[in-house]
Parts: sequence; C-alpha cells; structure tokens
Amino acid sequence: GKNEYDLLVVGGGSGGLACAKEAAQFGRKVAVMDYVEPSPQETTWGLGGTCVNVGCIPKKLMHQAALLGSALKDAQHYGWNISQPVHHTWSVMAQGVQNYVKSLNWGHRVQLQEKKVKYFNIKGSFSDPHTVRGLTKAGKETVVTADHIVIATGGRPKYPMDVAGAREYGITSDDLFWLKESPGKTLTPFVFNVSLECAGFLTGIGLDTTVMMRSVPLRGFDQASRISKKKQICFTTQQQMASLVTEHMESYGTRFLKRCFPIKVEKLKSNRLQVTWKNADLDTEETDSFDTIMWAVGRAPDTKTLNLETVGVKTNSETGKIIVDASEATSVPHIYAVGDITEGRPELTPTAIAAGKLLAQRLFGQSSELMDYDNVPTTVFTPLEYGCVGLSEEAAVQRHGADNIEVYHAYYKPLEFTVAERDATQCYMKMVCLREREQRILGLHFIGPNAGEVIQGFALGIKCGATYPQMMKTVGIHPTCAEEVTKLHITKRSGLDATVTGC
Amino acid sequence: SVQVHKEEDNPQKTMEVNGLTSMPGSFDYDLIVIGGGSGGLAAAKEAAKYEKKVMVLDFVTPTPQGSSWGLGGTCVNVGCIPKKLMHQAALLGQALQDSRKFGWQFTEEVKHSWMTMTESVQNYIGSLNWGYRVALRDTKVTYENAYGEFVGPHTVKATNKKGIEKLYTAERFIIATGERPRYLGIPGDKEYCISSDDLFSLPYCPGKTLVVGASYVALECAGFLAGLGLDVTVMVRSILLRGFDQDMANRIGEYMKEHGVSFIREFVPIKVERVEGGTPGILKVTAKSTAGDQMIEGEYNTVLLAIGRNPCTRRIGLDKVGVNINEKTGKIPVNDEEQTNVPYIYAVGDILQDKLELTPVAIQAGRLLVRRLYAGATTKCDYVNVPTTVFTPLEYGACGYSEETAVEKFGEENIEVYHSHFWPLEWTVPSRDNNKCYAKIICNIQDNERVIGFHVLGPNAGEVTQGFAAAIKCGLTKEQLDSTIGIHPVCAEV
Repeated sequence: GKNEYDLLVVGGGSGGLACAKEAAQFGRKVAVMDYVEPSPQETTWGLGGTCVNVGCIPKKLMHQAALLGSALKDAQHYGWNISQPVHHTWSVMAQGVQNYVKSLNWGHRVQLQEKKVKYFNIKGSFSDPHTVRGLTKAGKETVVTADHIVIATGGRPKYPMDVAGAREYGITSDDLFWLKESPGKTLTPFVFNVSLECAGFLTGIGLDTTVMMRSVPLRGFDQASRISKKKQICFTTQQQMASLVTEHMESYGTRFLKRCFPIKVEKLKSNRLQVTWKNADLDTEETDSFDTIMWAVGRAPDTKTLNLETVGVKTNSETGKIIVDASEATSVPHIYAVGDITEGRPELTPTAIAAGKLLAQRLFGQSSELMDYDNVPTTVFTPLEYGCVGLSEEAAVQRHGADNIEVYHAYYKPLEFTVAERDATQCYMKMVCLREREQRILGLHFIGPNAGEVIQGFALGIKCGATYPQMMKTVGIHPTCAEEVTKLHITKRSGLDATVTGC
Repeated sequence: SVQVHKEEDNPQKTMEVNGLTSMPGSFDYDLIVIGGGSGGLAAAKEAAKYEKKVMVLDFVTPTPQGSSWGLGGTCVNVGCIPKKLMHQAALLGQALQDSRKFGWQFTEEVKHSWMTMTESVQNYIGSLNWGYRVALRDTKVTYENAYGEFVGPHTVKATNKKGIEKLYTAERFIIATGERPRYLGIPGDKEYCISSDDLFSLPYCPGKTLVVGASYVALECAGFLAGLGLDVTVMVRSILLRGFDQDMANRIGEYMKEHGVSFIREFVPIKVERVEGGTPGILKVTAKSTAGDQMIEGEYNTVLLAIGRNPCTRRIGLDKVGVNINEKTGKIPVNDEEQTNVPYIYAVGDILQDKLELTPVAIQAGRLLVRRLYAGATTKCDYVNVPTTVFTPLEYGACGYSEETAVEKFGEENIEVYHSHFWPLEWTVPSRDNNKCYAKIICNIQDNERVIGFHVLGPNAGEVTQGFAAAIKCGLTKEQLDSTIGIHPVCAEV
C-alpha cells in the first residue's frame, strides 16, 4: 500500500526539526515524532530537543548570569556605586531561563503548524522499514508509515555504572536547568565540556562547586580519536587549551579534585549527599557532603527503544551510535540519521541542522550537496571561554609531523580587564599553520571573552583556505581581542616570550 | 660637520652644510619620526630592530582648555583606548540592569561616579605612556618631548616645553603628526566648549551635555555619556556618520534615540555663552536651522564639539622642504609606498590623504614602510577591505563596501544583499529589544557572489567583524559562507 507520509522524522530536536521544515518547503507531506522520556529525577520538557531544553540555550543563559556576576564586580572599578557582595537568587534566574525555553517550545510547535508538518508527541519504535508505531502518554497506539524515515533521537546523559547510589541520588544536565531551587553545594564528576561549563556558571553565581577529574580535562572522544581524527572537534585533544581553561576556573573559585573518581553516594539524615571517592595519587579514600551531585560522564545515543534490530539499522557496537555514510544514509535504504545519534559526527546543534537541511534538499530538492564536517568551529562556554576551529596542535602534529607545522601564539590582555583589575593570565590564542610555502592555517584556538564571536568569522576564512600571510594582511579592529589574531607573529619554536604588549 | 652645527646652532649654516654633503652617515640619525602616536611609534620601533639610529619627536600642544597628555598619540590618550573603556563603563551600566533578570539582587538605583571612572582610565593611560617610554628606551630609540618642524633639507628644529631649540638632521623622515579636533569658529567655542581631547580627562562630571556633530566620535561619546546616566543631546547639521552605510547609520541613531539620547537635526550652533561659571558651569547655546531662519536656544553644563579633525600639517615647516599638502584639507598626498613628493620624506597615519583614519592602519603602514626601507621587503600596506567598528551603544562593525557605494560601483542589478535581524540570546531573559540587532552582507553577483561588504549591528561587533574581515581578505563567497557551520549560540552565527 501507499505510505501515509513522504517523510517521517523521529526526534524533534535540532537536526530533526531542521530536516522536517526543509522537506515541508518542497511541498512534501511530513510528520515529526518527538517524545521526552522523563529523567530518573522525573524531569521532562517540550518540543525542540536537547539544545533548546537542556543544552546550548539554558547553558548559555546561565553562563551569562555568571558573567553578569563578574560584570557587577567590574562595574565598581568603572565608577558604578554598587555594594559588594551581590547575592544571586537561583529561582529568579531559573524562571527567566525556563520561561524563555518554553517560548521556544511554543515557537517550534507554531512553526511546524505553519509549515503543515504533522506533530506526534509519541515515543516511536520501528515495526518494519516503513512503519513506526508508538504509544501516546494516554496509552493510545498510533501507527505512522512513510517513504523516508530520518532518525534524529539524539542522546541522553549517562550515569556511571560502578558507583552505588549514582542514579538514585544524582542528577544530570537534564535536570540541572529545570531545578526550581538552587542546587547548593555541588559536585560534578567527571570532566567533559558539559561539567566544566556547568561548574563554571555555578561558581559564577556564588555556589560552592567542585569538579572531580579522573585524569585530564576535556578528554572527550579519546577512543574515537584514534579511529576518526578527521572528524575530530578541535577542542577534544587540545590539552594546552584545556589546562588554561581549568586553571582559570581554579583561580575563579571552582575546586578541582584531580585524579579522583567516585566510589559511592549515600544520603544523610540531613538530606545531604555523602560522596566517597578514591584519590589515585594518595591512594586513599576521601569523603565530603554535598547538596547536589551532577553527573557529566558522557551521553549515550537514544536508540534502545527504537527497535533498530528489527529493521536492520546497524549501530556501532561500542558507542551504540547509528552508522551512516556521507549522505547520512543508514544500512537500510530510505532510513537516514542525523545529529548526535550518528557515529563519528560532532555532537553540535549547527552541524545537525545543516546536515538535516542538506538531507532534505537531497531527498526532495534535486540537490546533491553533501554535508562538510571539516573545520567545524565550536566554543566551550566556561567562565573564560574557549573557541576553536580546525585542528588541535596535537592533531596537526600527528597528521603532518612537528617539523612541518608552525604554531604562532600570544598571551594578551583584553582592554576591559585593565580598569577592572582582572587577571588575564589565561587569555591566550594560537594559530597552527603548515610550514611550507603557502602556510595554510590548519587550526585556530582562542581563550578569552566572547570566544564564539571571535572565532566565527575566522572559521569562514579557514573555509576559504586562509593562509598565514593573508591573516597578516588583514588589518585589525582596534581595540578588540580579535585583532590579536591578525597580529600573531611569535612562534612556539622560537621559545620567545609570547606576551603581547600595548598598542 | 656634525660638530659644527651642534656648536653654532645656526640654521642657515646648517642648511648650507647639508645641501652640500648629503651622504648617508653624515646625518645625526638614519630616521627621525615626527609624532609619537600609533603610526610613528610603530615605525620607530621597527626601524630600531634593523639597528637604525632613530629619533622620535613627540609634543602635545595643550587644548584651549589646557588639557595635555603623554607619549602615545591620539589612540592611547584621547582616542580608542579611553573611548572603549568609557564605552565599557556604559555597557556595564546596562549589564547591571540585565543582571536583575538573571537573578542578581541589589538596591534599585545604582549611581555612577565620573571621578572614579576617569581616575581609573587615566591611571591605565599613564601606564601606557610609561610603557611606551620604556619600550623606546629598550630599543634604543631616542625620544624627545619636543615640537618638531622642518627648517631646511634634512633638518628639523625641536622645541621643548621650556622653549629650548635644537636642530637635528636625518637621512629620512616620517611625518606622523596626526590630527586635532576642529572648532566651529563661532563666538565662545574655544573659551567654553570642550572636545574629545578634554573629555577623557575631565576633572568633573560633564553633567547635561550637548554634543555637536554626527561623526563616530560624536555618537560614541554621546552614547557612553547617556549610558552613564547623563542627559545628552546631539546636534546634527545634516546626516549621521557621513561616509558610512547610511542604512546602518540610521539604525544606530534610532537605537540611541530609543535609549535616551535626544537629537536636534538640521541645526548648527552660532554662539556659546557662559551663564554661570563652575565645574561644570552652565552654558547657553544658540543655534540656527540649516533649512530656514529658525533659531533655538538651550542650556547645558557642557558642550562637546565633535565636528571633525584637522591634520597637524600647517605649522611643521613643510613649505621649507617642499612637501605638498592638500591646501583645503591639510592632508598629505602620498604614493602607495607612503612617500610624499619629497623622496626622503614619508608620512603615515591620520594625516594621509584618501586613507583611513585608524590606528591599526597607521601601525601596519608604519611597520611595512620601515621594512621596505631597511629590510629589503616589498610588501605594501593593503588599504583594501580594512574592517572598522563604531563603539556606539549598539556597536557597528563593517568591512568592505557600504550598500550605497556598492550600488554605485557595480550597479544595483549586479549586487545581492542578504540581511537578517537577530536577537542575541543574552537579551532574551532581560527582555531587551528583539528587532534591533541586524546583519547584512553585500555580494557581487558577477564575481561568484563574492562578499564585498559586511555589516553587523549588535553586541561585540568588533570581535564578530574581525574574523569576517580575514575571510573577506581570502576572497569569501556567499557559497563558502553558507557552507560554514555556525557556532551556537553566538551572535556571529547569524
């Protein structure tokens, strides 16, 4: 028989919605299925996926709240009569953030309606290659058939398997942004960009925050990195930058427990949580009590309930992610996947959106353009932000050899830090270039305020094959932090002091 | 011959001597730089790297109000640096307001102290002045705080604060004397009005201020003064930000109007009188309409003139060495190697005709010039696609053509303008304007849709624009722009 829809998208997040809306532009009959399984702490949310509800958006807003705390301190130096210390109320911030997120949920629903995309709030699973069925919250079964199906169910935070009480007493980023009350004294093991970002803003709003690190910061996709260096996000192997970021956080007030890993979590009579951990350096066990433990040990793809085995969609045995080719096709014809759920791709909203759009254009719009995953810029929104594009220094060395690359670097001081008497020790940037004639730029790394704003334009340049001489020909905008990129001239090789001075 | 003119100090004799013997090595210096600002200092320090004997002459003639400052030029003392710091102070005022919505609690009204801010800013500038003096000393560049002017071929006279004159000769010269604010030429302007030369070190709060002018200086100053809580009015003769993309200029004006700055359009002041003395006192301004006979009056604590800047080229003896200047504007025409019509005399910075008045341009030009002179380099300063940013309350970053100029040069049918409003994420929670931030790119359809103009209006416009400028330098096309992934969530991804 004929399928009911041209396209069914399972998962209403960044990738899924972008794909669905793009397909609708071509006059296709499109449906989106989105469902949020409540977290163990029973947190749930509306349409829009991780980014909108429990990712980029609330994270950046809370980061902004923390930055404003610093601004309040700076303001005094700039003449504003504000008595310190200023106190922060979690519930005011949380309500502001949550209200905005809800407006986005609403906005997405309206957009789907306007584009005549059918929306099902059900949890779907495959019953055959063209059929997905699911139960609504009320228990009613719905069956949807489609010519093409795109899986974009994203991921959910993992819990550590070997720590007693972890799931029972701990929360994750899924819960943090929806807390109505302050998390209080917080511990966040382990270290991924998520826990650094969260620890950063929690410290910024005045909470006692501790990060527990098993080994080195930002050591994301270590195993994957051996397999697929090409698809590496710039920051995941960039050790020097990660150290600078955490150094800054330490001077900013976040406590770091290094080379420690948790063993168990127990609840005390006071309702506080007692955590016991192993200190690998001292080979001892230590304990402390916290109000909240927020796990950030990685995310797992949401594929278990999809019933992928029934239809033969292949996944990576280690990560559980769906294996796709360059056109986002899975092992089953007419079933595709985009976003965090796909193997070997960066877990970023803009790449999911771009991939989703291009996929719709190829399916329905006679396009043949594939998604380019190279040189994807990104930013970690820690108190001192880290933005980057292209290769890390380590990846460049691995790919080209240390003798064939040149690293230009500089320590600089943002003008706004001067009057505010802020410490700029970790404000740093480096450009990794090929040494041979053209001196093409392989990677750019920047730590400082507004790192995302700085890096974005340079990412364009790198997409155009920018070279070091071209960068030097570009005149700087004064006074900004970004202009220092166009002035980089001291190499690591020279061993000279890389501190930039004045005008 | 060196000994002779040092002992006798006779300009006539010196000229004769130099006219006869112009062999390198018989001069006091390889290079004398007149003007210790962005361009001058960059050139001097670069020349010292090649072991040249260099001298910098820098002197600040006090303003009519008596303001003066140290080594470093306009940018450091009365330009970019204090401007951006005071702009930051104003932004922090806005941040205070936003922070309440993000959960920060403090008493309703927070007041601003001009004195605290100005003291901090001046202290920082002082450290920069000091830093420059040390840098010159470390690189063995001779520095004299003296007014330099040409008295004959290869010869300058340097007059210090005490009036003592000395003569110096050099094989080559770089003129980098920059500019100073223009006055209106009306009764009371020099006696009672201030300029940007005075504002950043004003030892009292300016209070209710009238800013005369529509240059970026006028708008930036009006912007931060309003942001600090002062009552600000801008008097504009005709259009805002002449020379800039007018659509963007008008948006900037609209935003400022909606955020507390009053505008009086199509009027020019014809006299300024003092009603009451004091710091500040009260001034009465009478202005005439440019469109008719209407006259208006207003009272202000401070009148800030920002109607343009004049190059410091009229009184440095250029006629004595035959350097041509544009008689009308005072600017010095140079070739693409920054050379004036006199082969051994060069010029960089704000005084150049038909070049951009920007610190980074002056620095780049100065450095490259010196490398060509002494290090055998051939690279010339690239004045094309120089990015810039206006630090008004809503910042404006631009690189390349304005829409008007693009239409004029390529024809409307050959350009495509892509544009978008955007709402910075940080503005959502505090419910700030959702339709004011704006970005547009102008593409040349006939050249692969190459991006020839980039304009953005929003927070951190400078940080956003810098990278785009680099990309434009690499020949960015619309297709490449489209295929570049955005960083989320930031303003630049728009």
